[in-house]
Amino acid sequence: MLTSLTTAAILYNGFLAVPVGHRRIVKVVHVYSGFALLLPIIAGAVSRTYRGDLRRLNRFTKADWRWLRSRTRRDGAIPVGKFNPGQKLNAALSTGGIVVLLATGIVMYYPDLVRLSWRTGASFVHDWFALAIGLLVIGHISYAMRDPESRRGMRTGRVSAAWARDHHRMWADEVAAQAPATAAPTPDEATG
Amino acid sequence: MDVERDAELDTPVGRRIVLGLAGIGLAGIVAGSSVQRRLARLLAPIQQRDPTGLTGLLPLGNTFRYYSVTGSVPRHSASTYRLEISGLVGAPATYTIADLSALPQTSLVRDFQCVTGWRVPEVHWSGVRLAELLDRAAPSPSAAAVAFRSFDGTYTESLTLAQARRSDVLVALQMLGKPVTHDHGGPVRMYVAPMYGYKSTKWLSGIELTAAVEPGYWEQTGDYDVDGWIGASNGREDEPVG
Repeated sequence: MLTSLTTAAILYNGFLAVPVGHRRIVKVVHVYSGFALLLPIIAGAVSRTYRGDLRRLNRFTKADWRWLRSRTRRDGAIPVGKFNPGQKLNAALSTGGIVVLLATGIVMYYPDLVRLSWRTGASFVHDWFALAIGLLVIGHISYAMRDPESRRGMRTGRVSAAWARDHHRMWADEVAAQAPATAAPTPDEATG
Repeated sequence: MDVERDAELDTPVGRRIVLGLAGIGLAGIVAGSSVQRRLARLLAPIQQRDPTGLTGLLPLGNTFRYYSVTGSVPRHSASTYRLEISGLVGAPATYTIADLSALPQTSLVRDFQCVTGWRVPEVHWSGVRLAELLDRAAPSPSAAAVAFRSFDGTYTESLTLAQARRSDVLVALQMLGKPVTHDHGGPVRMYVAPMYGYKSTKWLSGIELTAAVEPGYWEQTGDYDVDGWIGASNGREDEPVG
């Protein structure tokens, strides 16, 4: 994902394109890293846990909508589950974005697939979606820079129980209820 | 389990967003080309007066994109630049920028159309007609084509002698109202108005007269047409420039 975004930035922006050059190689890397986006999705689809997470990400509760509207959503007053509504939204937007970028990318890569005006349309869509997804990713990275605990969660798949109680109380309760024998449950597989 | 119970009560917003975006994408493929045209026309006056240049970053398909096929391209200033005319000619020559500026200048206002789809409307070009330089070089009877060399060290292009003599084929010294910048292929580049952008060699360093057309860089590596007429090659239907 980062590779395809970086090469996209190089292909698109003159102040990067001229110093980097090598347009043909950059293009090949961009195309293949784009196709490679499918691999983690396919790998995930065979995992039961991953499919379970997808189910959680898909569903929005009434509390989720309240959370999104609230200004003080991070204070924990509206308890959220394993994924907060922002994460659900980001997952949906990213997935939709990837689907659209892949589809339009394929149309652009195989020039004989559709008629010319559709191909122009595909590059138009590809450009705007890439801009939007790029901003979405840059925004998330800059927020992640400020939260070491959630970074650790994404890297190792584990977070502390205290952090889980603060940020994802319903999920912390859920995990605690499933493992009553353990004194201090350690929720795993959390993301920030 | 909690998740299962919730699933019955709640709405599958995630799926709706994904499907919605896919729908927007699909509609965009079908209608995007006309939306883009209209948007570009609507925003053109703003873009032309935008001092920050930030609107140029918007993907509207009507701004220059900068292509370079090598690593770093050496920079040439007006004092270090040389253009060499060689090959099947009676009078080989080397021109400095001052030499080129002293020759009769031709100005054109023409669109720049890239074979990948983007088109910049009404670009101001000015420079020496290639025909002028060819006449001065006195091509020998066996010369039938012109090959362009770039000081990026890699890029090549070529035209038949008849194409090269057209009055809308310039050795451009100015572009967009000022000397051609490095990113645009300066200090001197080709501008072949009736053909797609890949025919307009950037960072021009040499013009060689040859017996036959040599397919250029993208024509060898990218399957582009050697005769790159806008609207009549590469399977495209753009409006011709001329």
